[in-house]
Amino acid sequence: MDHGADCPVSVAGLHKRFGALEVLKGIDLDVQRGEVVVIMGPSGSGKTTLIRCINFLEEPDAGRVRVCGMEVPCGGKTKTRARARHIREIRTRAAMVFQHFNLFPHMTALGNVIEGPVSVRGMPKAQAEALGERLLARVGLADKRDEYPSRLSGGQKQRVAIARALAMEPEVVLFDEPTSSLDPELHEEVLQTMRELAGEGMTMVVVTHEVGFAQDVADRIVFMAGGVVLEEGPPAEFFANPKHDRARSFLRLVARGSTYADAGANGAARTDALLPADGRQE
Amino acid sequence: MDLLARAFPLLIDALGMTLFLGITSFLIGSVIGMTVALARLFGGPVLRAIAIGYVSIWRGTPLLIQLLLVYFGLPQFGIILQPVPASIIALSLHAGAYLAENFRAGILSVDKGQWEAAYSLGMPFPRAFRRVAFPQAARVAIPPVGSRFIALMKDTSLASVVTVVELTAVAESIGSSTFRYLEMFAIVAMIYWAINSLLSLGQEVLERRLARAY
Ligand SMILES: Nc1ncnc2c1ncn2[C@@H]1O[C@H](COP(=O)(O)OP(=O)(O)O)[C@@H](O)[C@H]1O
Ligand SMILES: [Mg+2]
Repeated sequence: MDHGADCPVSVAGLHKRFGALEVLKGIDLDVQRGEVVVIMGPSGSGKTTLIRCINFLEEPDAGRVRVCGMEVPCGGKTKTRARARHIREIRTRAAMVFQHFNLFPHMTALGNVIEGPVSVRGMPKAQAEALGERLLARVGLADKRDEYPSRLSGGQKQRVAIARALAMEPEVVLFDEPTSSLDPELHEEVLQTMRELAGEGMTMVVVTHEVGFAQDVADRIVFMAGGVVLEEGPPAEFFANPKHDRARSFLRLVARGSTYADAGANGAARTDALLPADGRQE
Repeated sequence: MDLLARAFPLLIDALGMTLFLGITSFLIGSVIGMTVALARLFGGPVLRAIAIGYVSIWRGTPLLIQLLLVYFGLPQFGIILQPVPASIIALSLHAGAYLAENFRAGILSVDKGQWEAAYSLGMPFPRAFRRVAFPQAARVAIPPVGSRFIALMKDTSLASVVTVVELTAVAESIGSSTFRYLEMFAIVAMIYWAINSLLSLGQEVLERRLARAY
């Protein structure tokens, strides 16, 4: 049997460059069903590019990306209709939550959530609305169903975006720094929603610097730097005893909240307490 | 107002012709404009070049020359058009060039993240365009498109040059037979103004309706 064949996400030897800049230099990542993988790493290390390659918002140059057993050849020059259809199929299985929400401003909260089911999955409107209301209730926004995004707070917008992703009934949800564009006091409501989702067994790949979330929820931390996976392991191990200098200095920076706005006040306090004393030398 | 009584039936017919020219040309021009905008934004190099060339030529030359070319020039190739179709063709192509730019600006104003959100739901391009990009582009494009509609309504007066009996032609012919030029041109000026005031109003209502969502 092929390695990683029945993983929701299986990435092998993934390469991606933007012009002269090689952003991903051979990434391997298998995500098991129900697993929560948190990807951390300094800015510019290729985290966003990696998860965008998983649902082909970015075209990988070489390597293999497989989602729920579906595989589209990477780096090929031929862009056939069948290939485009496969990519769309992959996108319905691997839903995406964006850093800047990207809610559709001309649709209500419910309209945003049912758009995928109605216009992509062909679900009857009444059924989609029932599903949408259920999902909005699940993210705690049942009363906002008829509000337009402009009338929602950042945290509410991101929770609607999570409901919109779930409406596709995906196998895996990809999160790209879901709290980074929010004020610190709004992080927790989004993280709480994500915790619940993880608790229900959803497979999740989360790019975040939220150390508290990573410690509580992640099954595995993947630390990226310079386009490679530098180290990975269970959160307890990674946070207590990071192997690489770059991981150590990264954790120190996150703890101080000096480079990342999203390290927020409580995140910083929590990390500080958890950082090993010897992590602070040098 | 004996003059007005005599002119009235003629003016009513002429108004009908002016509205017909303006509305038909706007509709055809919009189809041309949207096609050209999409070709320019999403087409291959050949389509893009054609779109750019079309916009450049039809925006860069006088409408009167375009009209004369279609009406008097095409017969040299054996294409003989009646005045009304010739006027509609020239007006549509002229408006299409401007509308293409209005639509293109509207589409370009849609945030990249909106397309990505649509694609990440598994939408193909046409659906992402129709459901997500177009409604947002429309909101941005409506003011300039409304202005173009109004300009087009006024441009229809040039059709009088190729013998179409619309408002301007009627004013001129009654004016010349009665020597009441001042009154006749003042009357049709008022009619154009009334039409365009209604168009402005319609544009405002549409803008407000689209803004309600935000
Ligand atoms: N579309 C793009 N075109 C050119 N360079 C890009 C593009 N997207 C990302 N990059 C570059 O790739 C590198 C990695 O980016 P990214 O994946 O966003 O990193 P991260 O999410 O870890 O901060 C950065 O140097 C960034 O500037
Ligand atoms: Mg990023």
